Amino acid sequence: MSRPIRDLIAVLVLAVVAVVLFFLFPTNLALLTRIVAVMLLVLSLDLVTGFAGVATLGHAALFGAGAYAAGIAAAKFGITDPLLMLAIGAVAGSVAGALSSLVILRGHGLSQLVLSIAVVQLAHEAANKLSAWTGGSDGLSGIAPSALLGMFRFDLFGRTAFIMAVVMLLLVFVILRVVVRSPFGMLCRGIKQDPTRVRAMGAPVYSTLVKMYAIAGAVAGLGGALSAIATKVVGLDSLSFNLSAEALVMLVLGGTGKLFGAMLGALVFVWFEDRISAINPFHWLTVVGVLLVAVVLFAPNGLTGAAEAIWKRLRRARS
Amino acid sequence: MQTVLSIAADSLAYGMVLFIISIGLSVTMGLMKVVNLAHGAFAMIGGYIASYATQQLGLPFGVGIVAAVVGTVLIGIPLERFLYRRIYGAPELTQVLMTIGITFIIIGIANFALGPTLKTIPLPSQLQGPVDLGFRSIAAHKLFAVAVGLVVAAALWFIVERTPFGVRLRASVDDAAMAGALGVRTKMVYAVSFALAIGLAALGGVVGAQLLPIEPYYALHYMVTFLVVVSVGGAGSITGALIAALLLGAVQTTGRYIMPEYGEFFFYLAVIAVVAVFPHGLMGRSK
Repeated sequence: MSRPIRDLIAVLVLAVVAVVLFFLFPTNLALLTRIVAVMLLVLSLDLVTGFAGVATLGHAALFGAGAYAAGIAAAKFGITDPLLMLAIGAVAGSVAGALSSLVILRGHGLSQLVLSIAVVQLAHEAANKLSAWTGGSDGLSGIAPSALLGMFRFDLFGRTAFIMAVVMLLLVFVILRVVVRSPFGMLCRGIKQDPTRVRAMGAPVYSTLVKMYAIAGAVAGLGGALSAIATKVVGLDSLSFNLSAEALVMLVLGGTGKLFGAMLGALVFVWFEDRISAINPFHWLTVVGVLLVAVVLFAPNGLTGAAEAIWKRLRRARS
Repeated sequence: MQTVLSIAADSLAYGMVLFIISIGLSVTMGLMKVVNLAHGAFAMIGGYIASYATQQLGLPFGVGIVAAVVGTVLIGIPLERFLYRRIYGAPELTQVLMTIGITFIIIGIANFALGPTLKTIPLPSQLQGPVDLGFRSIAAHKLFAVAVGLVVAAALWFIVERTPFGVRLRASVDDAAMAGALGVRTKMVYAVSFALAIGLAALGGVVGAQLLPIEPYYALHYMVTFLVVVSVGGAGSITGALIAALLLGAVQTTGRYIMPEYGEFFFYLAVIAVVAVFPHGLMGRSK
């Protein structure tokens, strides 16, 4: 099958899944919209960690930048057009990504992890301190997005928000498919495998990674802006170490270096989190812990990796 | 002047507690190359055991400390054998995920078994109340924390630099295959170092319980703090960890006294500044 046809099938599959979920869970659309927002965050993390090999535990900084930028634009400057808010979120995320990469890329391995943690904690404390703008620990409220395209109002059931989220996710997915296959995407994978060799070949390592961070920041910022529009509040938790660590868990659960893996991981994680923590949040922690240990020991390539392995074995058995 | 002195005293005590706990992590990270984010969870387990021993069983404080260290090591040994041994030499990301997983499990179990409430460890009468130092009086338990920190630093230096075990440990770190060929049982050396590391975590958890209160989320709250101290100091360096713990302890305590509304802003600013300038930490060895 040629690539465009495979891509078309992938988009159709995603769209069908979204439509099925829309009709199966009409009362859970808010949760589903949240899942899409988190998917964007995890996709963004996949770009820098899965494709470019940057280890980060501070990726929520970009998500939070998008959420706060869109939220502040709406609540303080009266920019309530949802598409404009999304654009503002994407730009803010992209700027935050490029800026934070300047710090994070100073380190390697452990120091890189620590720098990324410090970046997200610093952003968290700054947002807490600037409570005149961000609402501090009470959260930023007063976000009232106007109707989408002037026609579709954001209803109580979250239908408009969900449809907008899915359309946006599909667009981002197609664009990212192009990006990761482009020569630029290949260069990033090369850097992940062996930065020294890429440098020896004469290709720039540092500026390529900064660019990738800017692209990833735009994706994460879109996710943040989406969550601001859908929930109409922005809390400090959107800028936390916890969300960063959870995003990494979702990515590894789904499978790194694959766009489908990032989305599957987010879907499974947030869905089960919602179900189990409704019973007892501490049970959820235990379950995630066991899951993490199990993934590291038995399925290092995540759910999609395990599925691929089973698929290959079946094909071999048949032939 | 009074404020300056109390900031200095609190910084010193807090920094020493950070040191006692973090030095264990520095051993696992620097010598065994394992990013153990569950280190704080072991400190928490130590705190829980000491609290149980002193509160429920009515044992004296000293016995509580010993019970905490021994108990935590006993819990840690099977974890080392079945989980940690699989991630020696694995990429950082794998180690981070596995140890975050272990942390979550320990938090979940701690809450299920012991409840979400804060657990206290009552101090013996000798450590209660202030001690007059002539120019100023300081809470006795803070002086105790400082003393324990100094003893730990000296003892650890002696073990690593001056004992046959230390020689084997450093040999295993530098070249595990070669050390093994020369008859060093590297697996055993790693297991003992791991036990030493989490024993120190438990000790720090008990000694520091007044400053870092014991509750289920302890493991998550301070996970980042301990990791930061080690990477600022340079993994594997005793002096580095001591300097980093005192420096960061001072930054955090001063910030809390003078500008509490900024939270940990300056703490993380200091971290970024140090790590960006010294990627291997203040006293770390470059690979």
